[in-house]
Amino acid sequence: MNLAALTDCLTSASCLVTQTTSGLIIGMLLFLVAAGLTLIFGVLKVVNFTHGSFYMLGAYLALTVNGLTDSYFLAVLAAAAGVGLFALVFERFFMSKVYGSNVLMQLLVCYAFILILDDAVKIIWGPEFKSMGMATVFQKPPLFIAGGIVPVFYLFLIIVTLILSLVLWLIITRTKFGTVVRAAAVNPSMVSALGINTGLVYSGVFVLGGMLAGLAGGLAAPVRSLTAGMGFSILIESFIVTVIGGMGSIAGALLGSIMIGLVRSFGSIGFPLFVEGLMFLLMAIILILKPSGLLGKEG
Amino acid sequence: MARKRVDLDRRTVLKGAAAGAAATIFAPNIVAAQSKVVRIGMPTILSGRVAQLGTSSRNAVQMEVEKINAAGGLAGRQIEMVIRDSKGQPQEAARVSRELVNSDGCEILLDAEASSGSFAVQEVAKDLGVLVMHTNSETSSLTADPKIRIPLAFRSCRQGIHDAVASGAYAAEIAKAKKLNRWGTCSPDYAYGRDNTQLFVEYLKHFYPQAEVTTEAWPKLFQPDYTEVITRVLQSKPQALYSALWGGDLTSWVDQANIYALFSQMEVFAINMADYTALTAVKNLPKGIHSATRYIKTYPATKANAEWGDAYRARFKEYPTNWSWENWVGINFIAEAAKKANSADGKKIAEAMRGLKIDCPFGTDGTVTMRADDQTVIGYAIGWGTTIPQEPYVPEVKGATWDTILQLEAEWKKRNNYT
Repeated sequence: MNLAALTDCLTSASCLVTQTTSGLIIGMLLFLVAAGLTLIFGVLKVVNFTHGSFYMLGAYLALTVNGLTDSYFLAVLAAAAGVGLFALVFERFFMSKVYGSNVLMQLLVCYAFILILDDAVKIIWGPEFKSMGMATVFQKPPLFIAGGIVPVFYLFLIIVTLILSLVLWLIITRTKFGTVVRAAAVNPSMVSALGINTGLVYSGVFVLGGMLAGLAGGLAAPVRSLTAGMGFSILIESFIVTVIGGMGSIAGALLGSIMIGLVRSFGSIGFPLFVEGLMFLLMAIILILKPSGLLGKEG
Repeated sequence: MARKRVDLDRRTVLKGAAAGAAATIFAPNIVAAQSKVVRIGMPTILSGRVAQLGTSSRNAVQMEVEKINAAGGLAGRQIEMVIRDSKGQPQEAARVSRELVNSDGCEILLDAEASSGSFAVQEVAKDLGVLVMHTNSETSSLTADPKIRIPLAFRSCRQGIHDAVASGAYAAEIAKAKKLNRWGTCSPDYAYGRDNTQLFVEYLKHFYPQAEVTTEAWPKLFQPDYTEVITRVLQSKPQALYSALWGGDLTSWVDQANIYALFSQMEVFAINMADYTALTAVKNLPKGIHSATRYIKTYPATKANAEWGDAYRARFKEYPTNWSWENWVGINFIAEAAKKANSADGKKIAEAMRGLKIDCPFGTDGTVTMRADDQTVIGYAIGWGTTIPQEPYVPEVKGATWDTILQLEAEWKKRNNYT
């Protein structure tokens, strides 16, 4: 524990800028994965344990497209589209068969696909880790704001993620699709009785969730080591985020992600040997005070 | 005088008859098999995150066994490798090793496990009384600690204490020249990362007492995001940073540190950078990272080393790794000792191996020696240099002095009551 260092940091503009932006970037990438996870749970009432594998798949697709086209932006779009397509097939042929089944059955299907996807990645891209490398456009020295260091690439990621959060919020709250999705989350039988194809709605939500995970994988690929199984660690943190924010709440996922990011960032200064512990401590405190999560609905 | 009566019940008779029948049926096959091949069991990591290291160990052994067999094998018996995946789990390494000996009939174990697995394999070898060559475990205590050491266990790879002395001496020289007094460390938070870093700091201070560690960062093993670790190091503004990160973790960290321009703000000493797995994976490798050589074909700068590196690459379409050369040494020590003993028997090979010196492309003087007193290899090439982003990646390497390493190792052993 180094409270003196934490105090120094909180009173220093350069440290505040560096740590806040680093907290935001950790949080924003987590949000993209957690948002899809929480969206799927909120509507389908399914905990999609393969979500981390979607993130991995997105990163690998981005690697391939980036190699073929030398365009990071195309690579990111291809990652989102490719994973969205995979999510559609996965939902239609497998997950839709276990809607309404017990959690154990859903867990088994998801776990099977985690193993299958990890092995598929090893067969297609090889067992050794890969690195995509930074796009030329972002190979620039970092910005120095009030003495704090802000990498240009991370600034781009924060802005993109914030825009995506806004778009997602608009889709859910301002479009007809969003209205149907919200209705299906509350009373799917009634939505079905009104003549709306709920199966299509479920597929749409699953694809949207998958695209978000694929997008996160593609966006993060230049600064991540790509390896089979890379989705597992991000899945755990995404679960923490969804539990903190409230299962099913996208706004909660955003809040939870930023909280986790800032806890990691400032925690590493004040409690360098207890950063992981801080995250779980935060989750435990929130669960004790509000078991449904910060913005989750009770009961 | 009372006569001792031998009771023979039905069960005993049946057991005896079964054993007799089994011996009659199988004994000739065993004798015939023994005269033909000698099976060497190789537990290693062929799946999971570090599978590449296990695969590269298997590849190197495969190449050498073909040569050894072409030259007559082990005292006239052809080698047959039986390779099993331990998935990097110690309990699986122990189970697989036991199976290799008991079920597959392996007479020797070539243990290509990471440290955690090697300690488990050592227990199996001790229990079953088979010769074991540890080819990858760098944890010094495995052979240095007399409480752990066993007569039939040898080590053919680099050792933590040797690395630490070489690294400390090199880093101290740079520190003296550039007045690098404030140091930071950033290493993975598990046994290897902690031990390696603690020993490095100990020997850095031994050679350069002005060095002071002002910040330590211990990211988790396989952590995907190092942002908070990097910014924390930047905030503490050390003049130099030491890291024992490796593999994919190291390349992630380099990519992420790069966008914070960390490498232009301090001297970075990353001991595991100069291995082809990491060097070729990082797309934007910064110039000037100090690293120890793990395996590169240009150090030692000999024809034999370059030719072996090229032959491996031509065959497997990738460069060898640190584990590859260590396995080369392991299998060749067994072969040379068998030649000396004129036997493929594990105990006789062990006896012949103690103190044996063999020709080796990876030795500082073209040879390596299996030190008799603790049955570990010495004389292999250890060097440090700085990186460039293209081949040969580390153009100039400064070799470590083995006299210094051995002297400080002896003192270290004494301090730890290992002698």
